Amino acid sequence: MKVSLTANGSQVAAEVADRTLLVHFLRDEAGLSATNVGCDTSSCGACTVLLNGRSVKSCTVLAAQADGCDVVTVEGLAADGDELHPVQRAFRAEHALQCGFCTPGMVMATVSLLAENPAPTEDEVRAALEGNLCRCTGYHNIVRAVLAAAAERSLR
Amino acid sequence: MIPAPFRYQRAGSVDEAIELAVSGGEDAKFLAGGHSLLPLMKLRLAVPEILIDIGRLGELSYIRDHGSHVAVGALTSHDQVARSALLAQQVPLLAHAAGQVGDPQVRHRGTIGGSLAHADPAADLPAVMLAVDAILVTRGPSGGREIPAADFFRDLFETALRPGELLAEIRIPKPQASGWSFQKFTKRAIDWAIVGVAVQGDSVALINMGPTPLRARAVERALASGSQPRQAAAYAAEESSPPDDLNGGRGYREHLARVLVARALEESRSRS
Repeated sequence: MKVSLTANGSQVAAEVADRTLLVHFLRDEAGLSATNVGCDTSSCGACTVLLNGRSVKSCTVLAAQADGCDVVTVEGLAADGDELHPVQRAFRAEHALQCGFCTPGMVMATVSLLAENPAPTEDEVRAALEGNLCRCTGYHNIVRAVLAAAAERSLR
Repeated sequence: MIPAPFRYQRAGSVDEAIELAVSGGEDAKFLAGGHSLLPLMKLRLAVPEILIDIGRLGELSYIRDHGSHVAVGALTSHDQVARSALLAQQVPLLAHAAGQVGDPQVRHRGTIGGSLAHADPAADLPAVMLAVDAILVTRGPSGGREIPAADFFRDLFETALRPGELLAEIRIPKPQASGWSFQKFTKRAIDWAIVGVAVQGDSVALINMGPTPLRARAVERALASGSQPRQAAAYAAEESSPPDDLNGGRGYREHLARVLVARALEESRSRS
C-alpha cells in the first residue's frame, strides 16, 4: 500500500508492504536512521518517536496507521540541524548517555513529557520514562537532564 | 521481527468496519491501537490475514456522563481515560488503573476497548470491568448487544464477541460504595501483572489468576458475613487457577493474591 506521512516537516511517500512497521518506514524509506530498534517488543522504548505530537513506540505501530500523520524523530528536533534542542543540550550537559543506544528514545519521550507537563517533579520524570530502558543503567543522569531541560525552558 | 503478511483495510465508519469484518470472516481482526495485537502478531502467535483498522473512528472516542452511569467509547485511549476529570470523580478506580497500563507510550496508543476485546487475563482493565459490573455494548451485523462484564470474558483471549461484532462502548454504573483500590505486582512498570487486584466497595476482581479475569467470590462472601479485610483476604486464591510460568509458580501467585487482596481491601476501606 502507499503510505504518505510528514517526517520532520518533510513529506515522505512510499509503496510498502501492509505489514511494514513505522520504525522500518522511517529508517528505510525516509532515511531517518537515528531511531533505533531495540527490544522490538514494545518494552524498551528505543524506537520512541512523536506521532501527531505524542510519544509512541514505532516498533508497535504500522506505517499504515501513521499514513497522513505527522511524525517527529530525534533528527527533527534541532532547528536547521545545527543548534541542539534544549532537551538534547541538557542530555549532553548532564552526561545523560553512555553507549547512546537508548538516547533517541529517551530524548523523544522527554520531549513528549515536557509538552504535557512542563515542570515535572523527579518522581514524575521517573514515571514518565518507565517505558524507556537504559541497558547502561544511566538513569540518574538521564533524570537530571530532564529536570535541567525543564528548568531551562521555564527560564525562557 | 515483523508480522506475517496480512491485508490492511481502514474502516471509515463503524458500519463499514462491520461490513469489512463480515466479509473477512474468521481471517479478519479489528485493529485499534494495536498494542495488544501487534506484539502477538510479531511473535506469530496471532496470524490474521486481514486487519481492519478502526483506530480512526473518532465516533467511538468519548467519555460521557449519563446520570446513573458513565459511557466510555471503546476507542478512548488509556491516556484519555487516565486523565479524565469525570472518571476521576465518578469512577476513580478506572481512571487510576488506566494510568497504570504499560507506560506513557503504550497509553497514548492503547485503547480501553482494544484491551477488553483482546481479553488477556494478565491485562489490567478486564478485572476492573468485573469489579465495577460494567456493561459492554457491541455493534454487529444483526444489531447491538449489551453484555455484562461477568459474561464477556470466556477463556484465554476469548470473549463473547461474535464474528463481525465490534465492542463499541463501555458503560460503568456509578459506584454506590466509595472505597476502591488497584494493586498490581510486576517486575518492571511496563510488564504485565504477575498478579493484580481491583477492588470497588466489596467487589474484588483478580488479574492473572486464571484464564480469564475473575471475581474473588470467596473473599466477597467472607466480607459479606462480617470478616475483616485480612481474614477475608485469606480466601483470595480459592476457586482460582493461576498460570505456572517463568514469572512465578502457582503457589507464589496464590500467595501474592492473598497479600495483594489484603492490601487492596485495607486501602479501599481507608478511602470509603
